[in-house]
Amino acid sequence: MSGLVFLIPIALAMGFAGLAAFIWSVRTGQFDDPDGAANRILISPDLPLSDNLD
Amino acid sequence: MSTLTLDPAGCPSGLAPPSQSDAGDPAPFVRRVGKENRLALSVRGAKCGACLSRIEGAVAALPGVVSARLNLSSGKLDVSWTGEMPALRISEAITSIGYGVAPLDTNAGDAAHKKEEQSLLLAMGVAGFATANIMLLSVSIWGGHDEMGEATRQGLHAVSGIIALPTLIFSGRPFFSSAWNVLKRRRTNMDVPISLALILAFSVSVAETIRGGEHAYFDAACMLLFFLLIGRFLDARVRRRAYSAARDLAALASRTVTRISEVGTYTSVRSEDIRPGDRILLAPGERAVVDMIIETGESEVDESLVTGESLPRFSAPGMSLMAGSINLSQPLVGKATAASSDSLLSDIGRMLEAGEQKRSTYRRIADRAVSLYVPLVHSTALLTFLGWWLSGLGLRESILIAVSTLIITCPCALALAAPVVQVVAAGRLFRGGAYLKSGDALERIAACDHIIFDKTGTLTLGTPRLIADNLPERVVSQAAQLARASRHPLSRALTVAAGPGPVAAKVKEHPGLGLEGEVDGLSCRLGSAEWAGAEATGHIGATLFFARGSETPVELRFEDDIQTGAASTIAGLRKLGMGVEIVSGDRAEAVAEVARSLGVPQWTAAASPKEKVQRLEQLQAEGKHVLMVGDGLNDAGALALAHASAAPGGALDVSQSASDAVYSGGLGALPLLVRTARKARSVMLQNFGFAAAYNLVAVPVAILGHATPLVAAIAMSGSSLIVCLNALRLNIAAEKPA
Repeated sequence: MSGLVFLIPIALAMGFAGLAAFIWSVRTGQFDDPDGAANRILISPDLPLSDNLD
Repeated sequence: MSTLTLDPAGCPSGLAPPSQSDAGDPAPFVRRVGKENRLALSVRGAKCGACLSRIEGAVAALPGVVSARLNLSSGKLDVSWTGEMPALRISEAITSIGYGVAPLDTNAGDAAHKKEEQSLLLAMGVAGFATANIMLLSVSIWGGHDEMGEATRQGLHAVSGIIALPTLIFSGRPFFSSAWNVLKRRRTNMDVPISLALILAFSVSVAETIRGGEHAYFDAACMLLFFLLIGRFLDARVRRRAYSAARDLAALASRTVTRISEVGTYTSVRSEDIRPGDRILLAPGERAVVDMIIETGESEVDESLVTGESLPRFSAPGMSLMAGSINLSQPLVGKATAASSDSLLSDIGRMLEAGEQKRSTYRRIADRAVSLYVPLVHSTALLTFLGWWLSGLGLRESILIAVSTLIITCPCALALAAPVVQVVAAGRLFRGGAYLKSGDALERIAACDHIIFDKTGTLTLGTPRLIADNLPERVVSQAAQLARASRHPLSRALTVAAGPGPVAAKVKEHPGLGLEGEVDGLSCRLGSAEWAGAEATGHIGATLFFARGSETPVELRFEDDIQTGAASTIAGLRKLGMGVEIVSGDRAEAVAEVARSLGVPQWTAAASPKEKVQRLEQLQAEGKHVLMVGDGLNDAGALALAHASAAPGGALDVSQSASDAVYSGGLGALPLLVRTARKARSVMLQNFGFAAAYNLVAVPVAILGHATPLVAAIAMSGSSLIVCLNALRLNIAAEKPA
């Protein structure tokens, strides 16, 4: 049973990491525009195929 | 299944003419922050990724623009730029690629709604985290039943309690504060039993943990919170969408006006700043924001949005002009007769408010269910406690059983039943081209048994089309040379029919009469019969006459085309058992023609906005539930008053704001709207029925004292899952071809 002393805090810490990531994403407005975000990944700037055209 | 669409029907093609370029100069709305200018605009018509990149690209290409970011969900475009570029360039850049645009007043209270939604999302996330972790510990407690040492169990309970306490305080706030607010006013709502169950479950669990007891309800309390917050969050999201639609009405009113000062300088000011007596310049193509009397200039005015009349009216000095009319040909200078808050536009705004108040007396099915539910649950829990206690069980055991009853009957499924159905139905309608604007819209649309259509712009395209069948091509191309110089809708229609070509020399527009100019060296006239020197004929629709030199004038006939699919839509609605009727502000002949060709026996013509409202009230007095469909300013009052309403995507902002649903991509969305709403209502009722059945089974189990935390966890999550899956059936039905 002494394993629990390590395992429970590790499980909780991992959960907290996920929660922290979620809170961060809400605070930085990443859930403000779900429709736009879904579409934005498909938009790419029309750049030349290669940077070294010379 | 995803809402990711690259080019749905109804998306402006990029070449489309500017739909609403009448927003005026947004300059008064620019804020200066340091060296940067910032402006918030409400963009209408952007629906997909292609729109997004086109709009952002067009604005970012302007000189000095630092950032341009469009929120596709709300239609808000934030632009910041440096340098001296006038703000008008930005709105012009957007209208020139075919999107409507209006400046947004950033003082509006959207921030409060956004904050509420965000805090609910955070509370939901925290509750989800706590539920998952406590469940992890609870499963080991249940799994280690009989084998686990008492100290270990107590330790695990303690850890659960340590996680549950901050969760309860943080995520429970929305329920506690709302419950406290209604209790202060000696009333009750759903949050009262929820708060009571949460607090009791937590306190009992703490007491049990300290005592070293077998059962603690920390997991049940957190799971309850989590499920309830999902429902609450979905509901807030639907309501915020509705609010942002209402905000567009404010955007319409906060347009700008060109004021002429006493010394003759022109300044562009917010419409709120106009006082009666101010002199105003109304440029061609601009929409009047305040009622005014014309002082100089003669022009033609499109009043179709105010009166529903499809043909422009001639305006001259001394005549009055109502807010909402669009000036077509020549600049007009007028004197404001009312401040913008007293103008017709605001009158209609007040009609909307009155209608909305009437409508808000509608009680949602969910609210009605809750008002039955709350006293029932409380008295059951209380009786359970008294029953066990009086029959000789200890105080501690009796409380434990009563609390487990309260937890297991807590309205998880009930709280999810309505919002999940709404979200699923809204998603299905979105794919079908209709947007819902309020949560209870579905329920109200489902109850409708009568539908009233406006004519112009709703059943018809709203733009005249030249009947070119019997006309020599030469006449059309010559007349078009004159027509290209004019903004009159009939001239535009003629230009469209003729295609690109030259403009005649020396064209002069005589408002109210017609055009005059030289084609191939011969003097020509295009306009009314009298202007061209011809006899009027009996054509029902609009006509123009074209006279070239001394030749006999030729008649050009126009008609307002009926929308494609209008007939099948009306047949579809009839099949759903709805009565169909047309109420229009247009001339009797025009309405009769449309009604005849669509096979609608019941119609009213030349109806003023007030008469439309009266007709609605009359039908409502007969006990009918009316679904109103219209697009104009003259429909707005009726749209707000009707039991439910829908507006086409091309409608004026104010009409879209007043209605419950906005559809694009044709009238075909209407039968879908009604069908989905009815289906959603039946699924919602099924869900409530299920929640009731669940309680019939769960309550006796709990009262008899068999509701251990394990049973509570399975019952609560099981019932919530079933309710959600049942709501998803709406989607499966949609995938099948109708």
